[in-house]
Amino acid sequence: MVCEMETDQQIEEMDVEVLSSMWPEDVGGTEPDNQFNVEKPAGDSDTLKEVDIAEKRTMADLKRLPDLLNTTDQGSSQLTNLVKQWEYMQDHAVRLLREELKILTKQREEAEAKELKIIEEHNFETEEPENVPVLDESSDLFRRFKEKKRDKLVGRKRIEIDEEFDTVAYWKQKALSLEKMLEASTERERRLIEKLNESLKTMESHSAPVEELTQNLKRAEGFLHFILQNAPIVMGHQDKDLRYLFIYNKFPTLREHDILGKTDVEIFHGGGVKESEDFKREVLEKGKASKREITFETDLFGSKTFLIYVEPVYNKAREKIGINYMGMEVTDQVRKREKMAKLREDNAVRKAMESELTKTIHITEETMRAKQMLATMSHEIRSPLSGVVGMAEILSTTKLDKEQRQLLNVMISSGDLVLQLINDILDLSKVESGVMKLEATKFRPREVVKHVLQTAAASLKKELTLEGNIADEVPILVVGDVLRIRQILTNLISNAIKFTHQGKVGIKLKVIPKPSFASDNTHKADAEEQNGLAETSVWICCDVYDTGIGIPENALPCLFKKYMQASADHARKYGGTGLGLAICKQLVELMGGQLTVTSQVNLGSTFTFILPYKVAASNDHSDDQDEFSDMVDHQPEPDDSTEGYFQFKPLLGSIYSNGGPVMGNNFLPHKAMLPSPVKLINGNTGQSESVQVENGGYMDDTRLETGSGHCPESAHQYENGNGRCPSKESESCSSSQASSEMESEFTVSSPREDVQTETEVKETSKQPKILLVEDNKINIMVAKSMMKQLGYTFDIANNGVEAITAINSSSYDLVLMDVCMPVLDGLKATRLIRSYEESGNWDAAVEAGVDIKVLENKQMSVRSTNRLPIIAMTANTLSESSEECYANGMDSFISKPVTLQKLKQCLQQYLH
Amino acid sequence: MELGQMQKSLQDYTKSLFVEGILDSQFLQLPQLQDESNSDFVSQVVSLFFQDSDRILNDLSLSLDQKVVDFEKVDPYVHQLKGSSSSIGAQRVKNACVVFRSFCEQKNVEACHRCLQQVKQEYYLVKNRLETLFKLEQQIVASGGMISAMDLGF
Repeated sequence: MVCEMETDQQIEEMDVEVLSSMWPEDVGGTEPDNQFNVEKPAGDSDTLKEVDIAEKRTMADLKRLPDLLNTTDQGSSQLTNLVKQWEYMQDHAVRLLREELKILTKQREEAEAKELKIIEEHNFETEEPENVPVLDESSDLFRRFKEKKRDKLVGRKRIEIDEEFDTVAYWKQKALSLEKMLEASTERERRLIEKLNESLKTMESHSAPVEELTQNLKRAEGFLHFILQNAPIVMGHQDKDLRYLFIYNKFPTLREHDILGKTDVEIFHGGGVKESEDFKREVLEKGKASKREITFETDLFGSKTFLIYVEPVYNKAREKIGINYMGMEVTDQVRKREKMAKLREDNAVRKAMESELTKTIHITEETMRAKQMLATMSHEIRSPLSGVVGMAEILSTTKLDKEQRQLLNVMISSGDLVLQLINDILDLSKVESGVMKLEATKFRPREVVKHVLQTAAASLKKELTLEGNIADEVPILVVGDVLRIRQILTNLISNAIKFTHQGKVGIKLKVIPKPSFASDNTHKADAEEQNGLAETSVWICCDVYDTGIGIPENALPCLFKKYMQASADHARKYGGTGLGLAICKQLVELMGGQLTVTSQVNLGSTFTFILPYKVAASNDHSDDQDEFSDMVDHQPEPDDSTEGYFQFKPLLGSIYSNGGPVMGNNFLPHKAMLPSPVKLINGNTGQSESVQVENGGYMDDTRLETGSGHCPESAHQYENGNGRCPSKESESCSSSQASSEMESEFTVSSPREDVQTETEVKETSKQPKILLVEDNKINIMVAKSMMKQLGYTFDIANNGVEAITAINSSSYDLVLMDVCMPVLDGLKATRLIRSYEESGNWDAAVEAGVDIKVLENKQMSVRSTNRLPIIAMTANTLSESSEECYANGMDSFISKPVTLQKLKQCLQQYLH
Repeated sequence: MELGQMQKSLQDYTKSLFVEGILDSQFLQLPQLQDESNSDFVSQVVSLFFQDSDRILNDLSLSLDQKVVDFEKVDPYVHQLKGSSSSIGAQRVKNACVVFRSFCEQKNVEACHRCLQQVKQEYYLVKNRLETLFKLEQQIVASGGMISAMDLGF
């Protein structure tokens, strides 16, 4: 009991909300009697006369209900139950009566026996012994009967004997009285038996148990009503057309005739009604009881959710005759459940957001840190470095001897390279922020490999052999972002060199079939679309291998992570930011490729990257071909484009031991003079089979050709070469300007790189000098920024006259000329400049009114042979048509407004 | 306003300038030219454009108000304005200048007056819009945000 109370309390605590009744308390039009659906049973009232229908909210088609009870399984089973129960009770009563009878009989027998005994013994007693029932106390019933019996017995008087004791008369009298008593007793017994028989008869004749059944039914119904009266439950029975025959706890305002004989759809309107009807029908058809939660949205009772249980009802012939249904209102529960679900969902969402945010914050922090570092680096390194390079460039214009100039050139090109690398590192932040755009330019893989190795060899301070090996099938010309590819190669090579103390470091290029990871690589497809290239693509696999210290297996996973190195020990020993491989990986992936590594400790590592390239049709490059043949005429040069093998041999010890001037030698390793393994030429050109590539970036093929006597002592090679062919040296020097244009074939890809290459080739190299002739301040400002972005500086002239003055006083590699300008427009200015180039004097200009006094002392020899490229900047109007530009001696034109891309292309085309 | 919201509205605003044709793709060149060393290149060049254009428009008004209009003087002004507006991508000003120049060639004084009004109208429009744009950017920077080239150029 205590336990029960506790649970009750608990339930109450749990369900604090007062459960409102299912139907509203006060529904308009509800009359008090209505609530109980007073409906006198019509017609066949006999059967259910006793049922107190008035007490219930039940509404039933009373004609049909008995039918139903008789015809359905459920109905008949209940009746059977009741009958069984009644029978059982009857049996019980009969049994009890029989027992009683048995007892009585026994008693009588005993009494008789006793009497007999007394008579026999003639044993006189003073007092009549009381009959002691054997089964005394054995049952209440018996006792009751005993009492009864006593009452009914003839008064048990003491037999009064008048005669004197122990006389004959006395005994006679006594015998007589006893006789009488016996008679009375017998009589009594007879009567009892009679009564018993009568009673039994009555009981047996009690064949119609209507009253009792009715009582039972009433009790059952009362019980159900007691349980259900406040429950939010609707129950009903519907026939197979889903018309209500019976409903319990209907909506208060509905009257019997509103419901009985009608279907849900006829009674209610609104959401859920159809669904419930369909559900009932489904159950009816399938013949399987089931439950469903249906939310009703009716005009009558608003929005309520019911959990509906529907079961099919069969008659005895197992035919479906309708359904029973029970609906429990679970609106609150559903609401709570939904609330819970929503809360849970919100919670999950919030959690997800939180973790996302944390992640973002983390990423942002890291990005910020990286950016900060990069910004700092770029600022801290770039500024002083550009100072160094700038000074070096100025220095290079002064009078220097051969060796000094070469040292200076190493300085400039190295500085340039560092600047380039810094810019590339800055690119990493661009890749990360998604701003990085790839460029598609034509380039020669062999050349790139060679240049990378050359550059690496230039700063090599170890005894390492650098080699490049390019398979024959690798196309001569491919399209890709050469800057990035160079960057990757440079990075990997410098890494390899850093961790290799002896042996060799090399690059191997070969064509491979399209790798599996690229099969659904949409990125690449996008890139292709962007580039608008429909040519065939080729996958080139590039191995960068070394014989270095290798990488332990456990360090491989974090190898490509930013700021990570194989171990702290390595970081201390070898330095570095830990950014290099991360950059490479990101770049490779950005280009749609894959970067992998295999390594064995103490044996070496191989970094492999696979990238897709477009194969550029070689006839696209007719310019190149022309220029190339020119080049061959002028100064036969090894055909880089087909060469498949390069090698850069280590310096010999003697060089290291040298003192001061050797510094240059450290940077300028000797030529690799081993004749046999060095050359692998692709046959088709067949030229210059003995050509070898010099490291150090001081490729002077002319000299090499002329000095091809194969000097044996490599350590002295440099001097030997120098000494042997001074004339050729100077010739190449003086013609460097002329050849610069021809060499433009090497410059298809990267301006910076080619500046450098050029620097190497022409020893008098410096930043190209550009003159911008433009009167519009804004245009100047924009152009200046663009030039800066592209890595150039330039002078400014505000009109044609200023331009002529500038050209007269200084030599330029390129002029960008606005067409429409005050004082002297671009077309006229160009005509005058061309006339000067032809005639070697400014007469025409002077005639045109340009005031030139200063410059009579200029030597014209170089200039006259050299046509200054003049690029028009036109607004593409009629007055500034391209024809007119060409007619006036301009070489090309850029349409305005000038964009970075246009400017870049133009500068690339004309500056190298 | 929250930072993210401001950045969003900056983007939307920038987009609207392109949609309305006030700016064209040339304007997208400018943020590309910005780097650490001149982080406010865009605003520098644009304010130079304002300065320059104010002067040119003033000169133009004066020249056109002369009794005898000297088209030899007017035309270079228009050309100048056309060049600079084209350089920063102020498309509608540029277009108005093109029309203006054609009337200068015809020496049509009346049409030139109309054109000047048109050019001025377009100029003040783009000026107004760009100033708003920069204000938005400043607000973002003031609240600790960053203006990336992407914000300007999508």
